[in-house]
Amino acid sequence: MRRLKALYTWFDSRLQLGAPIKEMALHPVPNKTASWWYVFGSAAFVLLMLQIVTGILLALVYVPSAGQAWNSLNILNHQLTLGWFLRAMHGWGSNFMVAVVLIHMAQVFLFGAYKFPRELTWILGVFLLLLTLGMAFTGQVLRFDQDAYWGLGIGASIASRVPFIGSTAVHMMLGGPIIAGATLSRFFAFHVFVIPGMLLAFACVHVWMVLKLGINEWPMPGRIVRRSTYLAKYHELAKKDGRPFVPGAVWKDAFFSAAILAAVAVCAAVFGPYGPGGQPDPTIIQTAPKPDFFFLWLYAVLSYLPADLETPFLLIAPVLGIAGLVALPFYAGEGEKSWHRRPIAILMLTTIAVAWGVLTHLGTFTPWSPKMSAWSGGPPVPMRYTHDASPLQRQGAIVFQSKQCRNCHSIAGVGGLRGPALDLVATRLTEDQLIRQVLQGGGNMPAYGKNLSPPETTALVQFLETLHPANQPAAIDASHQAAMTEPVPKP
Amino acid sequence: MSELELPVEQKEEELTPVDPLTVSRRWLLLKVGALFNAVVGVAVAVPVVKYLLSPVKPDNAYKSWVSLGTIDTFPVGETRLAKFTNPVSLEWDGATDRVACWVRRISEKEFQVFAINCAHLGCPVRWFPQSQLFMCPCHGGAYYADGSRASGPPERGLFTYDAKIVDGKLQINAGQLPTLSNTAKLVQIENARGGSPCAG
Repeated sequence: MRRLKALYTWFDSRLQLGAPIKEMALHPVPNKTASWWYVFGSAAFVLLMLQIVTGILLALVYVPSAGQAWNSLNILNHQLTLGWFLRAMHGWGSNFMVAVVLIHMAQVFLFGAYKFPRELTWILGVFLLLLTLGMAFTGQVLRFDQDAYWGLGIGASIASRVPFIGSTAVHMMLGGPIIAGATLSRFFAFHVFVIPGMLLAFACVHVWMVLKLGINEWPMPGRIVRRSTYLAKYHELAKKDGRPFVPGAVWKDAFFSAAILAAVAVCAAVFGPYGPGGQPDPTIIQTAPKPDFFFLWLYAVLSYLPADLETPFLLIAPVLGIAGLVALPFYAGEGEKSWHRRPIAILMLTTIAVAWGVLTHLGTFTPWSPKMSAWSGGPPVPMRYTHDASPLQRQGAIVFQSKQCRNCHSIAGVGGLRGPALDLVATRLTEDQLIRQVLQGGGNMPAYGKNLSPPETTALVQFLETLHPANQPAAIDASHQAAMTEPVPKP
Repeated sequence: MSELELPVEQKEEELTPVDPLTVSRRWLLLKVGALFNAVVGVAVAVPVVKYLLSPVKPDNAYKSWVSLGTIDTFPVGETRLAKFTNPVSLEWDGATDRVACWVRRISEKEFQVFAINCAHLGCPVRWFPQSQLFMCPCHGGAYYADGSRASGPPERGLFTYDAKIVDGKLQINAGQLPTLSNTAKLVQIENARGGSPCAG
């Protein structure tokens, strides 16, 4: 023991780090902040460490070459002892990190922790979020499979929409004219050197400020933040109703971080690594590219935006969003911290969370995309739709199937969701309207006038006319009906 | 290892108090030193920036005429998938220097060659000869056989390559990923706003 003490003294008299570390560890924090609500920041930092360690371990094997990356991932998955587990840890670690960073941010927002004097801590946090998302995107690219390849295509298409310098932006992003070797190399450099370096530096400054400025006190309704009085009040609170950070508060951080690491490991062991999916050969076009979980909401937004709004939205919304986040502590640097007195903050957070959830859910089953194999891979038009049908109507059912109508329109619950389900279409559209819709399209449906012969059109519409419930007649044009049946009464 | 404390920390009072403003020579030298660093910094930055911008080239620098094979491989009236190797490529590109495109042979001498990339966000469109439509798997863009927009989020028709026939072979002017920034200047295909081709 005395030897150890001597060793410590020898080092510390040279490093001179003991005193400042002791001061940081023992600085008083308000009692109520020793809470399970205050554990997300430290968990995010621990996850960053996990990502760095597992990332280095993967880099021992990974080949950042467009020609070999995919093979090296498969060797990691299948040939190296526990290579799959390290890949799974890194992949799930990234999921957890994005999630924990977002939860941390929501908590900080909810607790008003961005207010004076912690504005800069919040702003750095915003950049840390962006860097984390940057890591998630570049990491998905390094898993150089079909999704990564076409994801880069989507990225390049977005970059190309920038006015004036679109072409330059695309060339800079891809490192050349196409998505190829140069592209992967530069994304590797960003994922492994540039972004992690910034992430680590920013995270350290972020933590430094938390330690120096003190953890945000538990918000109480009526305890108003004012620039003139806050610091004195905070120090009084920490002194009177406080405890040393170590071990008074930090033990909860330790427990939560360990639990998160355990959760990552369990997910990795149970669910395994992400991909790689199909090999990155751009001439294999039988693919439906999709981003990773945390970008699904964006994927959904991109399919719902009207064409005219797309470019402005893609280029302006992120700028406004980031500017809004950065401006928040200056706009609301003082005042109430408690969520009991901040209804708009609660509303905003709820709206964003619900919107994100809905868009992500939509992104998981992409109702806007045609189902490419619904016409050939799925079941045919079910028997009950054709059992009592005339030969012409049955021919129409064949046209319906073979002309790929079903890729966009479901019938009997099978088919695409791009257009409306057609099980009851005859109750909505008259025969004339059906013919017009098929031939001329419209309302986001292509026109089939050139692709269907008149007999095919007739058969198809005759079949569609049968799609109504037995107890509900097909829609008819009332005036047409009247004109055909009753002679005009003479006065 | 018996030493107790190293006298590392210098006590402030031991330092001779100097007014920094009075030692103008040292400050001048520091300023000159900073200036020197700035000059060297700029001198080094110029090649760094030029290096970073090296992939940025005008479109024509990347494009050249590529053969898609003899025209006999493309039956009249049909649309077929063709593959070629990008004219600009690196040894370690693997399969990524391969490019696919759709070739539509309208008549004996008339060809239309479409990029595989959807005009919306670049996903690979697929051709369905039965319904004569190109469909995109990402966000549901659809195009007619002539490449014009049929429905969905794309704001224009499919990107096309310039094509010509040389010695019985179909050649296209290709070389870079078609996006709105390098192909938007092409002729806007009529009906691109979702109008019906039956209208006229």
